[in-house]
Amino acid sequence: MTQLHADKPHREDPDEAAATISPSPVGIGVLGWARWAWRRLTSMRTAVILLTLLALAAVPGSLLPQRGVASDPAAVPQFYAENPDISPWLDRVGLFGVYASPWFAAIYLLLLVSMTGCVLPRCAKLWRDFRSEPTKAPTRLDHLEDHRRDVFVGRRDHGETSTSRVDALELVESALRRRRFRVRVADGAVSAEKGHVREAGNLLFHLSLLVLLFGIAGGRLYGYEARVAVVAGESFTNVASQYDDFSPSVWTDVNALEPFSFRLESFEADFETSGARRGEPRSFDARLRVESGEDSWTAHVRPNQPLEINGTKMFLTGHGYAPVVTVRDGTGATAYSGPVIFLPADNNLTSDGVIKAPDARPAQLGLEGLFLPTAADIGDGAFSAYPDLVNPRLLLTVWTGDLGLDDGLAQSVYTLDKSRLQQVMRPGSDQPFGPQLAPGQTVRLPDDLGTVTFDGVRRFANFQVARDPGKELSLLAALMLLGGLTTSLIVRRRRVYVRVHDDAGTVVVQYAGQSATRRGLPHGEIDSIADDVRHELDRHRQPHRKDAP
Amino acid sequence: MTTDLLARLSDGLVYSTIAVLALALLAHAASTALRSLPTRHPGASSTLSVSAQVSAAGASRAAEAPGATGSTRERDATDTRAGEGPGRVVGASAVSLTVLGTLLLLAGVIVRGLAAGRAPWGNMFEFLLVLSLAAGGAYVALVRRRAVREAGVWIVALMLLALGLAVTSFYTPVDDLVPVLDSYWLVIHVAAAIISGGVFTIGAITAALGILRRRWEARPVTERSQRYVAALPTASSLDRASHAVHVFAFPVWTFAVIAGAIWAENAWGRYWGWDPKETWAFITWVFYAAYLHAQSTAGLRGSRASWFALAGYVAFLFNFFGVNLWISGLHSYAGV
Repeated sequence: MTQLHADKPHREDPDEAAATISPSPVGIGVLGWARWAWRRLTSMRTAVILLTLLALAAVPGSLLPQRGVASDPAAVPQFYAENPDISPWLDRVGLFGVYASPWFAAIYLLLLVSMTGCVLPRCAKLWRDFRSEPTKAPTRLDHLEDHRRDVFVGRRDHGETSTSRVDALELVESALRRRRFRVRVADGAVSAEKGHVREAGNLLFHLSLLVLLFGIAGGRLYGYEARVAVVAGESFTNVASQYDDFSPSVWTDVNALEPFSFRLESFEADFETSGARRGEPRSFDARLRVESGEDSWTAHVRPNQPLEINGTKMFLTGHGYAPVVTVRDGTGATAYSGPVIFLPADNNLTSDGVIKAPDARPAQLGLEGLFLPTAADIGDGAFSAYPDLVNPRLLLTVWTGDLGLDDGLAQSVYTLDKSRLQQVMRPGSDQPFGPQLAPGQTVRLPDDLGTVTFDGVRRFANFQVARDPGKELSLLAALMLLGGLTTSLIVRRRRVYVRVHDDAGTVVVQYAGQSATRRGLPHGEIDSIADDVRHELDRHRQPHRKDAP
Repeated sequence: MTTDLLARLSDGLVYSTIAVLALALLAHAASTALRSLPTRHPGASSTLSVSAQVSAAGASRAAEAPGATGSTRERDATDTRAGEGPGRVVGASAVSLTVLGTLLLLAGVIVRGLAAGRAPWGNMFEFLLVLSLAAGGAYVALVRRRAVREAGVWIVALMLLALGLAVTSFYTPVDDLVPVLDSYWLVIHVAAAIISGGVFTIGAITAALGILRRRWEARPVTERSQRYVAALPTASSLDRASHAVHVFAFPVWTFAVIAGAIWAENAWGRYWGWDPKETWAFITWVFYAAYLHAQSTAGLRGSRASWFALAGYVAFLFNFFGVNLWISGLHSYAGV
């Protein structure tokens, strides 16, 4: 067997023991190589390298749009459209799903393996250390930290009872035990040890990361996340098909979602009406009538105030406007009627949306709309100046032809496929037909295509619904992590040695400390122990104390 | 008092802080300059070296000063160059002015909170005030350590930079919170993040000075410059200070991240979603974890470990400025 651990750590620092790096092995066969590789993997240096890699690997995910994690689900397709050349390559190496990519997983799994391999032997060592007695005191104490020497000169001529060496040893022992040291008395010396809990904290910290992995896995394997936008006055039932976006996990039972339904009775939003932050939201309140089984109740969902039903939580994550529009076609028949969700494009809720009327005759109609809750400038640069409904306007452009809905391909409800549509122009002009409607107004489309009525506006609320069966375990892991980390950083593991000599009634007590961590001994601990002992001895006799030279 | 009056009082206190810290910066700079005067060639007959010799005379007393010696009671050569005479007075004024500035800033932040009727860390202007306050508070708390005390010029410079940015680019009048921030988790999560940020600032400065100093110590004695770096505390005492500071700040940062996760679970329905802010908090955490591990790894201790602390600080700063200003995400409401 080659010497793998040539350079022994000079101090009994458990952290350093793990850091020893092996030289590469020569002629030791497969088992030797495996042993060498395992030592390498579980060395602290490897852990530091893996931590660095983990940090660096997390960076691109914050700079590039991500699938399934970003707040904006359209971000990746949009990035694709804007960067058609590099996007497929970025996609191939998983840069649109960094945190689910194999290379990211490889790093953290290797790190966890490295960590476990490093920590398990240390658990065993902690157990052995804890069961064994403190090490014997060195012969010479004056080389150690915080060395102190107290001399008690005997005064037999006064006829007082002298304090013996054994008394002094007992006093030292009890002073140390009061401070919860583990104490061993042997050969006229006391050796004491404290702070094993530091290593226990360190192990708890690393163990918590494994627990966290299980907590995360619980959510990733059994939970789900979904989004739905509900217009005020409409209802929603908790089944997968009713969601706008449903992301189940591998083993989510999609047919057994928590059975509940609700009707969004009202959605109220308040905004700042004056000052520099005019228009900033101040409060949101969604009032729901919830039905679950036999029960039915009214609930309010607000930011930071989700609705929870048996572990399924529903959060208010956004809001916007849904103009209510009626489209009548050239024959006078109603081709579309109802609220249409428009997506907010800015903080003042300038919103975009489309209305598709595939049943319109003589030709299918598609309307592209811009909704302004408080129209400030109507024209090419139309925008909203305030998020509340002060001066609502609906600006439309009209398209006719083939909406492309018949070929069965899925299509976004928020965009028009214009490949087979022609824009409707103003009669006798090459300018697009662009009516602006206030609530209640109707516009007649050119070429007898029909009419569009802007009936009014309703609000809609975005809800995020989530179930994560692993989150309690993750919370437990987080508490373990914090507790273990704090313990391992605050507690200092150290040894205290005391030697007592008795020379014809003169008792010499020598103290010294030894730290097993980088931080050194707690300030003044040796002095405090020594002072206690001196105080006790003083009760028996008048001491004459000399300090260390 | 009316909100408006309180708000103006708070602004006044912040401006006073800037004025006092500007004076403190001058005093720190002068103190640093006095310490950096060459002392190795007493033969040179300039008045400067005379005063330096005087300061060398107070050597042993300076080494006995509380906090000047670390827990291992290391007494190194440079400790003997701590100020005496003019250097001592200037150094003391620098520290006093920094304490005064920090107290004024504390008052400003408290009044700001009273004016707004909430915890005064709801937008970037307030974050910068409190971040600067946390750095100042950490400096005052650790000023007895020589390695921290003598880094004062950099700490005060960064505080001034933060306050200057706050009042010029990020000024926001007192206002209510957007609904999603209106939670007691704001108080807990953001306070923990800012406190650790302030302390990380001290850690980053001592780590950076440690790198400079170690590089200097690695040179042959004859090739060492006798300027600023020569007067710095030893690399090992800077490293020890940096380690101690991070040992405090890292669990606080960990707590901030956990509190953020709990809040996120309550506000958005998931405790971790790789939102850019979360991602950079994670990156910061991992770099600092790497720093602490490197500090206990034989071959990485010293300058190499210090680079991890600096990387962590850069990630923290990027999270604070970059993510708020350039990257859109769920934390984008942070009020620029």
